[in-house]
Amino acid sequence: MTILILVAVVLAIVPLVFILGEVLVRGAGVINLGFFIHLPGGPNDKSGGIGPAIAGSFIMVGIAGLFSIPIGIGAGIFFAEWSSSKISTVSGFMNDVLTGFPTMVLGLFVFIIIVLSTHEFSAVAGGFALSLIMIPIIARTTTESLKLVPTTLREASMALGVPRWKTILRIVISTGKTGLLTGIVLAIARATGETAPLLLTAAASTHYITSIVNQPTASLTVLIYNYGTSGFPVWEAQAWGAALVLILVMLGLNLLVKLTIGRNLTEARME
Amino acid sequence: MRFRLTGDAIATVALAAAALFIIALLVGLAYELYLGSSSSIARFGFGFLFGSKWNPNKNTLGALPFIYGTLVTSAIAIIIGLPISLGVAIFISERLKAHRSLGYMLGTIVDLLAAVPSVVYGLFGILVFAPLLSQYIEKPLHESLGFIPLFSGTPFQGGANFFTAGVILAIMIIPTMSAVTRDVLHAVPDSQREAMYSLGATEWEVTEKSVLPYARSGIFGAFVLGLGRAIGETMAVVMVIGNIPTITSNLFSSGYTLSALIANEFGEASGLYRAAIVEVALILFFVALIINVFARLLLWRMTRGANAQG
Amino acid sequence: MTKLSKRFIELPPAKVETINLRATYGKVQALKGINIKFPENQVTAVMGPSGCGKSTLIRCLNRIHELTPGAKVEGQVILDGLNIYDPKVDPVVIRKRIGMVFQKPNPFPTMSIYDNAVAGLKLNGLRDKKKLDELAEKSLRMAFLWDEVKGDLKKPGTALSGGQQQRLCIARALAVEPEIILMDEPCSALDPIATAKVEESIFQLKKEFTVIIVTHNLQQAARISDYTAFMYLGKLEEFGETTTVFEKPQSELTEKYITGKFG
Repeated sequence: MTILILVAVVLAIVPLVFILGEVLVRGAGVINLGFFIHLPGGPNDKSGGIGPAIAGSFIMVGIAGLFSIPIGIGAGIFFAEWSSSKISTVSGFMNDVLTGFPTMVLGLFVFIIIVLSTHEFSAVAGGFALSLIMIPIIARTTTESLKLVPTTLREASMALGVPRWKTILRIVISTGKTGLLTGIVLAIARATGETAPLLLTAAASTHYITSIVNQPTASLTVLIYNYGTSGFPVWEAQAWGAALVLILVMLGLNLLVKLTIGRNLTEARME
Repeated sequence: MRFRLTGDAIATVALAAAALFIIALLVGLAYELYLGSSSSIARFGFGFLFGSKWNPNKNTLGALPFIYGTLVTSAIAIIIGLPISLGVAIFISERLKAHRSLGYMLGTIVDLLAAVPSVVYGLFGILVFAPLLSQYIEKPLHESLGFIPLFSGTPFQGGANFFTAGVILAIMIIPTMSAVTRDVLHAVPDSQREAMYSLGATEWEVTEKSVLPYARSGIFGAFVLGLGRAIGETMAVVMVIGNIPTITSNLFSSGYTLSALIANEFGEASGLYRAAIVEVALILFFVALIINVFARLLLWRMTRGANAQG
Repeated sequence: MTKLSKRFIELPPAKVETINLRATYGKVQALKGINIKFPENQVTAVMGPSGCGKSTLIRCLNRIHELTPGAKVEGQVILDGLNIYDPKVDPVVIRKRIGMVFQKPNPFPTMSIYDNAVAGLKLNGLRDKKKLDELAEKSLRMAFLWDEVKGDLKKPGTALSGGQQQRLCIARALAVEPEIILMDEPCSALDPIATAKVEESIFQLKKEFTVIIVTHNLQQAARISDYTAFMYLGKLEEFGETTTVFEKPQSELTEKYITGKFG
């Protein structure tokens, strides 16, 4: 039996080593300064770069954050501090449904409500789609962090004649702030790696955007998808390069979280 | 109580608004999906779920091939992924009990798999893994066990088929399932294990007869979680499944899934065809909803059971 | 029927009194109609076996009880002629006049000793550094903690020992200059030396404040309190001067409790 268990462990680890190894080996050869900045080239153009894709991902995750952080934290606080409210029960359930929800469907939804009405692909549409993925993560980690704050601290604050909203803001959130920040970083990491929601909202592009509301916007993930399935060796190599950049960003963010809280990542990421 | 424009009142309203937004989101989602698919629903009715022909040109549209593809790939993912996740979880939480830091490190490595974006899995899949899988596993399986319908087709060089997609999905869901299972096993009280040991059981017997049964609901919950993830996954699948609507018992055939269809076809679709694709999204919506409710029920039962057993 | 010491009418003026106070946690009736007058500038101990409602009683006095989901209060609590449960009254204002020290020390973990001491002031908008420094020192002295911490007020509040943390919590409650101090078994989590220090400070406090202390420690009640209320199963069984209640209890239940026949 122990042999089977060891086999399982090996089978679980080998793919990771394999994938990271491939990305590293195949991607490293492509990366140079120009790669980060240049505009994309044709399918056989070795000097093409992924500059717009990096910028696009950055911008759209930023837009997503602007939207999802206030809503996610707000809802998270409400679930924790007004936990007996019917709104909490219903919204909390829906938040759970949204966590880990098929992202393609979310992309479709945003296509219908934003792209169809504005008749444009845009960074805003892409950012909004990403925020739909971030909100449940932020709300859930916020709620869990705040629930860990002992009730006696709230009572101590209220007993001093501090109003409830100040108690929540200055005592509860302050005590639970590590968890809150963790949730945000996790959500950002997750959004950075998403592809499906962007396919129908920001689509793809070959240049840096000049507006966030009326142009298709490139992203690392969509670029990897398009280049990877193109069949052209130069583009495929660049897809590996982009994948390496993406993985480095993801690992960086995850490392950040691990260092600040030193606990199991996937617990918080529970989808 | 008279309403006062106090800080408390403002805070309550603002925070409640955030919570209400989430409700509005999901309701809006359901509504738009329903609206967008109404012409397709009207045209095909329930037959949509069972129709096996997907022919946009003739407006004969049945979603069965995609439902089939989603189910098959998810099933393969679970069949391969669940035992591995279980093995990893048992190893870390039971066998490495004395070596906390080693277990933590191992857990971190497995969790790192979860940090890999699905499109990178897809890239790896289509350019590296699928050809390898095709050559070293699928071909041999076909050659030796080809009489079994599952392995009856010839895997193409590229390896884009149900099997490959299922394997990639398995790799993707292992981190989630093993993390949840690890937590679940960890929560089993030591008194359970000690009782078994004192009866003279071996390490494996303790795990098999005491720990696992106790953690049954939780493990099932992990399985449901993994299933939900596999069903909704788009990118990795769309890159390695071949994207041809097929219903066949041959695992080495190309296929199609619900989410892959949306990714590929929605962009250029219009009219009834577009509505049919939105209906496919609606199907995914319901599946995700049902799985979620199911997982919650399981979790509720598990915590209740744990409390009862104290 | 509450057995009152015959000298009830000679009590000093009441700072706070309850009239038919009832309290519930969901379906459980924790207080079944309490009528009690707490004398001003005195230390009143509230005693009784577990579950008698003593903690609930004091938590109703500063309107903390109602913060628990499912908790309800009926009846009146009169503070200086004003019913604090009147719908027009803002509980936040009341809580500034009535301070509370909890069973387990609960300094705010993100704040220093100094910030903990003046937390009630800072959180309510007081910015004047001089005034804050003044009140910090005054309250830490009254809690008999000043000498031990004055060297490093920037240390986190949680870096102190249990007994010191509790005295910090007392200082925190004192800094907002309330009129009444409620204490919910403040020494039950402390060792005897720390307990002695806390009791020392309580003794001094009654000069400026009215102190109401819940305790299950009979000796403590006898040591530090002027008046004692004995509660049983949500009702006030007996109330009077401590010496009388201990030496000549009117009620048989009181006598049984004091002699340790149940607890």
